Amino acid sequence: MNASCLNIANLSAVLPNGARVLRSVSLSVQPGEVRALVGESGAGKTMIGKAVLGVLPPSVRIVEGDMLLEGEDLGRLQPKARRTLIGARTALIPQDPLTALNPSRRIGPQMTDRLVRILGWSGQGADARIRQLLDEVQIRDPDRVLKCYPHELSGGMRQRVLIAAAFAAEPRLIVADEPTTALDVTVQKQILRLIAQLQREHGTAILFVTHDLGVVAKISQKVSVLYAGKVVEEAETAALFAAPQHPYTRALMAATPRYTDPFASLKPVDDAVLAGLAAEIAAADQAWRRPHG
Amino acid sequence: MAEPLFSVRGLKVALPDMTRKPLIGRAPMVEILKGLDFDLPRGSVTGIVGESGSGKSTLGRALVRLLEPSAGSITFDGRDITHLPEAELRPLRRNLQMIFQDPMSSLNPRRTIASIIAAPLRQNGFGDNLKGRVAEALQRVGLPQSFASRYRHELSGGQRQRVGIARALALSPKFVLADEIVSGLDVSTQAQILTLLEKLAAEMGLTVAFISHDLSVIRRLCRQVIVMREGAIVEASATDALFEKPQQAYTRDLISAIPLPEIDEGWLLPAAKVPA
Amino acid sequence: MDDGRISRHGSGARLWLAGGWLLLALLAAIFAPLVAPQDPLAQDLMFERLPPFWMSGAEPGFWLGTDSLGRDLLSRLIFGARIAFIVAFAAALAACLVGSTLGLVAGYFGGWADRIISRIVDVWMAFPPVLFAILLVAVLGTGLSSVIIAIAVIDWTRFCRVIRAETMGQARMDYVENARIAGYGRIGIMLREVLPNVVPSIVALLSLEMGIAVIVEAILSFVNLSISTDDPTWGGIIAEGRLSIHQAWWVLVFPLVTLILTVLSFSQFGEGLKARFDPVLR
Repeated sequence: MNASCLNIANLSAVLPNGARVLRSVSLSVQPGEVRALVGESGAGKTMIGKAVLGVLPPSVRIVEGDMLLEGEDLGRLQPKARRTLIGARTALIPQDPLTALNPSRRIGPQMTDRLVRILGWSGQGADARIRQLLDEVQIRDPDRVLKCYPHELSGGMRQRVLIAAAFAAEPRLIVADEPTTALDVTVQKQILRLIAQLQREHGTAILFVTHDLGVVAKISQKVSVLYAGKVVEEAETAALFAAPQHPYTRALMAATPRYTDPFASLKPVDDAVLAGLAAEIAAADQAWRRPHG
Repeated sequence: MAEPLFSVRGLKVALPDMTRKPLIGRAPMVEILKGLDFDLPRGSVTGIVGESGSGKSTLGRALVRLLEPSAGSITFDGRDITHLPEAELRPLRRNLQMIFQDPMSSLNPRRTIASIIAAPLRQNGFGDNLKGRVAEALQRVGLPQSFASRYRHELSGGQRQRVGIARALALSPKFVLADEIVSGLDVSTQAQILTLLEKLAAEMGLTVAFISHDLSVIRRLCRQVIVMREGAIVEASATDALFEKPQQAYTRDLISAIPLPEIDEGWLLPAAKVPA
Repeated sequence: MDDGRISRHGSGARLWLAGGWLLLALLAAIFAPLVAPQDPLAQDLMFERLPPFWMSGAEPGFWLGTDSLGRDLLSRLIFGARIAFIVAFAAALAACLVGSTLGLVAGYFGGWADRIISRIVDVWMAFPPVLFAILLVAVLGTGLSSVIIAIAVIDWTRFCRVIRAETMGQARMDYVENARIAGYGRIGIMLREVLPNVVPSIVALLSLEMGIAVIVEAILSFVNLSISTDDPTWGGIIAEGRLSIHQAWWVLVFPLVTLILTVLSFSQFGEGLKARFDPVLR
């Protein structure tokens, strides 16, 4: 039996005013598997990714729960050891490839920096590694790209660069935070294909944050559906699409447009579903508060 | 057959390219739209789809004459509006309305919702019974009357977009341009806004140009579709025909790139090129 | 969910402290003849260089001590506040009116209007402000109105630059475009859609400018180029205090502290107002 790559148990986080933004979230990512976190805005899906990477905004405080990265309890580590561990074993593919890159530095040094400075690679080794990865993400003219400034590349190219950078240090886990949301559909398909291919070849686990059930269906093996910081349904992706259990999941699926079936899709979410969700959240909060004062 | 509401012939729009502006002097012009021909039939929704850089938003802004074309002609309701000066456009504006992509930026933060909806009414000679007209507009888009005195930051994204629709429809215009009006919204809200627009367009017999990058949404809402790429029309046809028998390879690529919410193991595999 | 309350944190205390000091100083200035314990001009060589109340040798009724001619320092500061506030309000308002109008026009209309106004601003800002002020007063002659005109003439560019930039940002907003769709003309859009959104910046700048006007007025009276030398001004008191710094430090220190507190309060008050009443600030 092999240990989970990432194991989150009962994670709760609050804002300064006491409101819970994560509500006893539990999920795990096995080595080499893609788990999608899907939900609408405010669902807390990005927050979970940030919690794993240790980059929650200062106003958000984790009040309960454990996060185990390859069996190591992140909560028990000293801050410095935690940073090192997270830095060595995880990576991020961000949503907006433009703001994730420093506009005033060339691509090359930005990509090698992390390998050299944080992970102590030699400059030459890092350079060779980056070129190899650029080849894997099908960038055919690495010399030109490495010399470019971010604004000189198209959105799709920038995202390829960031994917290459994410895989460069062979992380065990990648958090992909809406990595294709800003892209055109045809580019999105290429990028998803690349991520899937590199993920398979490198055996990397991915926590894939998205709002798009279509993307979930294509890229993931497991999925957690979130609403208001709570996991409302958790399943194998194939099972979820075959038979969604939670009314909210069903409503989301019915609301998602589908060109193959235009009139059965795009159904507004029923008020009763939302009322049911609100009641479910309230009950969960009450149950949680009882032992926590 | 009735004459179309819009008749566009050889439409070209050129804009200054600020990224290549020399230190001294004017920026060079780039042609964004490279000669478009199409009609918009009355009383139906036409989708305009394309990826970024296709020129679909520029086309929209030329239709409502926020931009002046550099060549070609736009005939609206039998009248050539291609080069009408702003002052002569003003009386036509009530029939050329627009719903914006970003309801945050399209609502003035310092005006109440009532004042925002009332502005086009007041300016176009419907200053009497403003209160009643605003109330009617709010009701039409399913917002409670209490919203009249609120500001945009007190509203959710979906509610803001309802205000944008209420404002555009307050004058019962002949034409409405809807520019990516749901691309910033969650799916559940998106469905509400689209079904609302669909219902109102049918009830009021509106002619709508619906700009979107999302073909799934277009299929539901639009009777015909114009597919654009790099400032030119790739393909224009009735919606069902476009989806069932796309004529152009680019259209087929666009359709097949949409990730449908259903399991399809082969979708991500490198395309085994089907021989044409 | 979170609507930016965090960024507003602390603006409350700042607003109240700064506003409190300004209100106190303003009331003292308005009611100077009633609240000043002594006649600010009355000289009494028996009472020269009296120390402030907590030091030995102090006399009751002369709370902050006296200067080398035996004039009561507190009374002189209170009367000096009159000049300071008149100059602050009048000069800042004049600069604001001219600068904001030109800034709005340049930012909204762009084109040649913007080019002309921006060039004038560039040229204006190339002048060293204090020398410019001294030169202007030398030409206009001393006196309250000359000081006010000089400050307004120099500092309208501050408003013009900021308001131009803000207006350009506003002009790109969809609601400005939508006003065209609604059938508004250019002037109508500028006044209806753009102006209300730059008002918070104008208010903050106005308050900041009042503080700057107080400083400039002090500098001018320091070099004896403000109003007639008889009336007490903060700058004038500081100039006199400088001469007797070794015998009576308080004559220099109290007006300096008053000046600094007032200028600081003006800038903090403006920022506080903006943070508190701007519904958009996030």
